[in-house]
Amino acid sequence: MRFEAKIEVSPRAGIANPEGATIERALPALGFDTARDVRVGKIIRLEIEADSADAATAIVEDMCGRFLSNPVIEDTTVEILNP
Amino acid sequence: MTQRVGVVRFPGTNCEFDTVDALNALGGHAEVLWHSDTDLGGVDAVVIPGGFAHGDYLRCGAIAQFSPIMKVITTFARDGGPVLGICNGFQVLTEAGILPGVLQKNAGLKFLCCMQQIEFMSTSNIVGTGASTGDLLNIPINHFEGNYVCSERTLKQLEEQNRIVFRYMDNPNGSMGNIAGISNEDGNVVGMMPHPERATSTMLGSDDGTPLLRSLLNAGPVAAS
Repeated sequence: MRFEAKIEVSPRAGIANPEGATIERALPALGFDTARDVRVGKIIRLEIEADSADAATAIVEDMCGRFLSNPVIEDTTVEILNP
Repeated sequence: MTQRVGVVRFPGTNCEFDTVDALNALGGHAEVLWHSDTDLGGVDAVVIPGGFAHGDYLRCGAIAQFSPIMKVITTFARDGGPVLGICNGFQVLTEAGILPGVLQKNAGLKFLCCMQQIEFMSTSNIVGTGASTGDLLNIPINHFEGNYVCSERTLKQLEEQNRIVFRYMDNPNGSMGNIAGISNEDGNVVGMMPHPERATSTMLGSDDGTPLLRSLLNAGPVAAS
């Protein structure tokens, strides 16, 4: 079966996130002065062939740990979008 | 004396010829190695120079670990061969797991291209005869991702094992512990964000990089512990 996976790569808690911090400092200029703890990560989408959603998740999590994220500074969550 | 130095070029590397010229001017015999090479051609030392290996897509240095030459460099490094990663080369070494930690975006989100004063911290590595502990060196940086991050445990280990080779005097990028360069446990692998090959002539503002490169040329293989 073909599955569509969505991977969210986010900065690990406790690791400084310069992009988020810069956005947080800029938001008050537009009047958004109540936003806190802005964090910027990335989303990766891919399609994958696997026998089941669980199998697809396991493969994608393996990809995350070995390549798609750097576990020193990033966490990942994997979501299978279908069926 | 290390004579032959292989300077690795990935697609997107851009400091390979500066590095070759700087090493040759010091009496070395440097040559460019291509990333898809599956052997090092018998060189005595390897430099991974600056640039944007594989476009720096995904994360800086992340794709480079899959280039065939990295497999032989990993073995070469494990066997005590001298390996120096400069700037993007440092990022490649961390992503390949040869050095710990990661270089993330500069704290100020600015690309920084300027002279930096760095303190020389450790002589127990391949650039170790290039200066004395406590010396202040002027060597330029040129990066957007030079903000060194590692776990507290790793940081403690780096300090205890005397593996922090350079610290910034005036931290430009938010690096933990003001780290500008580190070595592996055996000292035969060094990664540094400043560019010693760009500090090899007083006409260009500094020649403080010269003794570091000369140290690399004199470095023999280190017996792995």
